[in-house]
Amino acid sequence: MSDAARWSGLRAGRQRLRDAADIALPATALVVMLAVIFWIRPAAMSYFGFSLLFKLSTPLMFAALAQMLVIMLGDIDLSNGAFVGLVTCISALYLGPQPMLAVALFLLAIAAYAGFGLLIHVRQLPSIIVTLGLSFVWLGCGVTLLPGPGGTAPDWLIGFMNWRPPLMPLPIWLAILAALAGHFVISRSSYGAVLRGAGGNPRTLQRAGWSIAAVKTGVYAAAGALACLAGVLLTGLTTSGDPNVAPAYTLLGVGAVILGGGSFSGGFVSPIGTVIGALTLSIAGSLLSFVQVPPTWQIGAQGVILFLVLAGRVLLSEKAP
Amino acid sequence: MNDHPFNRPTALGLALCASLTLGVAASNADDGIAKGDTSGKTIAFSNSYAGNSFRQVMIKSFESMAAQAVKDKLIAGSAVVSSNNSVTEQAAQIQNLILQGYSAIIVLAGSDTALNGAIKDACNAGIVVVAFASGVTEKCAYVVDYNLDSYAKAELDFVASKLGEKPLNILEIRGIAGDGFERRLHEGVEKMLKQHPAYKPVGQVYGQWTATVAQKEVAGILPSLPSIDAVLTQGGDGYGAAQAFKAAGRKLPIIIMGNREDELALWKQERDANGYETFSLGATPSVSQVAFWVAQQILAGKTVPKFVEVPLLQIYQPDLDAWLKTVPKGGVVNAEYPQDLVAKIIDANVDKQPLPSVSAPK
Repeated sequence: MSDAARWSGLRAGRQRLRDAADIALPATALVVMLAVIFWIRPAAMSYFGFSLLFKLSTPLMFAALAQMLVIMLGDIDLSNGAFVGLVTCISALYLGPQPMLAVALFLLAIAAYAGFGLLIHVRQLPSIIVTLGLSFVWLGCGVTLLPGPGGTAPDWLIGFMNWRPPLMPLPIWLAILAALAGHFVISRSSYGAVLRGAGGNPRTLQRAGWSIAAVKTGVYAAAGALACLAGVLLTGLTTSGDPNVAPAYTLLGVGAVILGGGSFSGGFVSPIGTVIGALTLSIAGSLLSFVQVPPTWQIGAQGVILFLVLAGRVLLSEKAP
Repeated sequence: MNDHPFNRPTALGLALCASLTLGVAASNADDGIAKGDTSGKTIAFSNSYAGNSFRQVMIKSFESMAAQAVKDKLIAGSAVVSSNNSVTEQAAQIQNLILQGYSAIIVLAGSDTALNGAIKDACNAGIVVVAFASGVTEKCAYVVDYNLDSYAKAELDFVASKLGEKPLNILEIRGIAGDGFERRLHEGVEKMLKQHPAYKPVGQVYGQWTATVAQKEVAGILPSLPSIDAVLTQGGDGYGAAQAFKAAGRKLPIIIMGNREDELALWKQERDANGYETFSLGATPSVSQVAFWVAQQILAGKTVPKFVEVPLLQIYQPDLDAWLKTVPKGGVVNAEYPQDLVAKIIDANVDKQPLPSVSAPK
């Protein structure tokens, strides 16, 4: 009895160690990149500097968390970026003058997300195909609503994104809050275990009496809600809507999840790691402009940084017991 | 310490001081090149896309001009950053340029609106923002761009100067359906045609700024058309249009050319063979240099309007050979915009005078 308890205690300890190692890599990369930036430009090491550096990582962070939920189920979401673009169009057009209509459209979009999650589960369709198709549907809806970039974000939203809370800049507060909320819901709560189980080991979950369809639908709905949040926040930053604003979020989101310790096989994801991963990936782009890489090399160099950090992650996970 | 970009009051004070000293030194501080000291200033170029030849020439034009300015001690340094057509990335890059403490940022925006937040941040940090060749809507940015009404006007003015105000049949070759530049240029043509009531638009095709497409489209519509007196183009389509007329055995009308090498070569060949006369105009990739000098002049204390119209590069019959020699095979005519020319362009915009034209190479 005491043996078993000790054994499970040991396992929990090792699990925690693995979690820490998962987060250590993106966190180290983040600190190194920040150190280089601050070394080049000490003035950036200020409240103002931090808020500028991390401003645009806020929406990416929520988009990455949405992607994380889908990857947790063992699926992948290629429509994430286009969906965020659609949400910026809705926000820029309706959130100011007709907030109720905007909220209704958001709910409709989230319901559609959940519906497609259910479809993927019921028909056992490959999520990569369904969401690739959906990405064009979202883009089409966005272009129909807003043929060219335009519209205006409501003042309260712009004001919120430029708000200067005490102690730390807003992007840092949001990152900490999102990481902690995700950690307690996904990694700590008993319901979180069910959610992860839906991706990692659905059979067991089914035998324990849970409806996989309900769980998956709920998770897709939550992913849609987080992507909605990302789109609304992005609208506040750019002050306008554009259906083509965020296609890069799809793959950067996947990168952030994997960087933060997630795995494509489903069941293994880390909200804290994902948030740090998103911050790291958005800083990677900044680093290049600080070290003044020639423009023709920048696109390639960004790929190399991504590759190095992700390769480090793979090496690390191979060494882990 | 004085040009610390985060400190708006100081930067403003400095600008005030500079303009005050200038006001004493020159009787009319607003005309000509502003001579305020910008030797400690830095200018960055945020570019949305670097993946085609037009953009490559644009970046090189900026870099060569900026390097020369650094050598002449007009600025302290410059930088170019390109995002891969990702607007969020470009916004992040602008945020970084603010942090790096640039005095001015020139922007070729990937979106007319999505960079507004970042541009506003830059203005709030006391940085001069000059957007060019794109319709950035943020009010605090200076915009350097062509006026597409002038494009249409120049085309029709040339036709009128050659053929006069008598009934003429006009064929219009447009760009790519749905494109913003295409739409604005076409609207300019419609507006300007009203001033020439005798001219009759008899046909329209979409040539997609491409010789082969224009040739196919014009060849398709020609059999249904009466004799054509003039062809209005958008650039890149003149050569194809001429080929279509030749293949149909028709006499070449006035086809306005668009500064492409193939167009100029054809013009020269026809001129040498039978005295063919036309006119060529177009945008230049080196508009980045105009934005660069506009930014430098603002830093130097010159009063610059929020919209600076850039003259289109126009080529007339006598200068054809000189320009043709400067164009690489398959390329577009490019020109240098030195500081004094840009100062003249700004003055012409302020005084609402005709814009100075780019002089032909020697």
